[in-house]
Amino acid sequence: MSSHSDVLGILRTDARTSVEDIARQTGLEEEDVEEVVAELESSGVVRGYRAVVDWKRVGDEPVRAAVELNVTLDRETSYNEVAERVAKFPKVESLHLVSGDYDLLMEVEGESMSEVSSFISEKVAPVPEITQTVTHYVMDTYKDQGIEFGDGEDDDRLSVSP
Amino acid sequence: MKPADRVERVPPSGIRRFFELAEEKEDIISLGVGEPDFSAPWAAREAAITSLEQGKTSYTANRGRRELREAIADDARERYGLDYDPDEEVLVTAGASEGLDLACRALVDPGDTVAVAQPTYVSYVPAVTFAGGEVCAVPTRPENEFKLTYERLERAGAAEADALMYCYPNNPTGATMTGDELAEVAAFAREHDLFVLSDEIYAELTYEHDHTSIATLPGMRERTVVFNGFSKAYAMTGLRLGYALGPPEAVTAMNRIHQYTMLSAPTTAQYAAIEALESCAEAVAEMRREYDRRRNFVLSRFDELGMDCFPAGGAFYAFPEVPGGDAEAFAEGLLEEQGVAAVPGGVFGEGGAGHLRVSYATGLGELKEAMARIESYLG
Repeated sequence: MSSHSDVLGILRTDARTSVEDIARQTGLEEEDVEEVVAELESSGVVRGYRAVVDWKRVGDEPVRAAVELNVTLDRETSYNEVAERVAKFPKVESLHLVSGDYDLLMEVEGESMSEVSSFISEKVAPVPEITQTVTHYVMDTYKDQGIEFGDGEDDDRLSVSP
Repeated sequence: MKPADRVERVPPSGIRRFFELAEEKEDIISLGVGEPDFSAPWAAREAAITSLEQGKTSYTANRGRRELREAIADDARERYGLDYDPDEEVLVTAGASEGLDLACRALVDPGDTVAVAQPTYVSYVPAVTFAGGEVCAVPTRPENEFKLTYERLERAGAAEADALMYCYPNNPTGATMTGDELAEVAAFAREHDLFVLSDEIYAELTYEHDHTSIATLPGMRERTVVFNGFSKAYAMTGLRLGYALGPPEAVTAMNRIHQYTMLSAPTTAQYAAIEALESCAEAVAEMRREYDRRRNFVLSRFDELGMDCFPAGGAFYAFPEVPGGDAEAFAEGLLEEQGVAAVPGGVFGEGGAGHLRVSYATGLGELKEAMARIESYLG
């Protein structure tokens, strides 16, 4: 199990680390690393790999919003069913069941504010169990998925020290 | 007025010359840095900031804030089984370096001999010399993975010395010692009545086995001063905070000098240190995991390149042998041709020649690039 968590730790830091370099960092053989990665993927522990993008630097910045969803359940419906229905829309980037004043926290991404707004009003709000939505448009991003978006700090250490 | 003789007896550090060479080059990757590339954990930095906001800018007690000494004593007990009284046996210093200097000045008389295991951190020999003591070099060997052994001590004539000074986990080799291996050193110290100055600044950075302090071995507590601090484990080098643990007479003697010279260790750093001990264990564990990945990476690359390198199990250094044996020439050529800086082992004393100190306190991306450049350099 510890080889699984070692490999996972490296992939969580940098998913593009080569099999060769994972082997060097963990002391595993390359074939074993390939096997562990395959197991992590097939068992569904690792669900995918994506780049973390600072859209401000791309120019064509998508509109993102965090949306609070309140849900009222009846005997026949569960959170899972509501969530699965909402999650199927490609515009939904993430969806979590959360504690507190509302039930589901949804992140949506679209090309414009009107696109995101109409998506929420036409596709999400009409779901019968969803009783209220509160939309927060993202104005700036400072950190995403553990990665800071600042300019980073220079290494100001002496180049050689005892 | 000319400098005093005891200053003239100590040459400038060999590291300094190499630093100047490296400074002349632009865009180098440095594997020559003896400090973490991380910043101190945010909680510790925030505690320092808060203490400043609250105007906590006075001196503290000479020995350090009581709250900090208590936290240090608790931590040493919990982690290493060391049992010290915060009032009598703990001294907070401006870095472990100040503690080592105080110990030499407080415990070594002119004419006394201190056996120093080498290669080692560059400050020990000067500290002994400034105190008027003589140094007996105890070279450790690559075939023993640079560990200190009974045989090495005996052969170097350490039996005649008054004290023994060493650092494990070791800078520059990355060597560590297990409790069983230290038991030999302890036996030697007891048989020949040596006082031990044990620098354990890298105690939190071991990857193969837990750290053992020699002071926990039978009959050693009363003849040992342990040095540790926040620089390496908590990435707080610039805050200058360390501590010494030892029997009351030794600590009181060290404090006598400390109270007239340093007065007290930096106050802001003491607040950061209290928070570090209280809440930063997870941050230290995360840094340790990252160092271990880099260590494995660097050791596998040296193996692939055919450079002999023992599996260094501590600190953040690897100590490979250079092909051809001339480490100075190798390091200068590597810097000149490939822009990679690493310190030739000879500057760390006897037994270091022919080796290179490679610090992996640098991000994996840079380490990969540096190792690729070493590969090109080897041709």
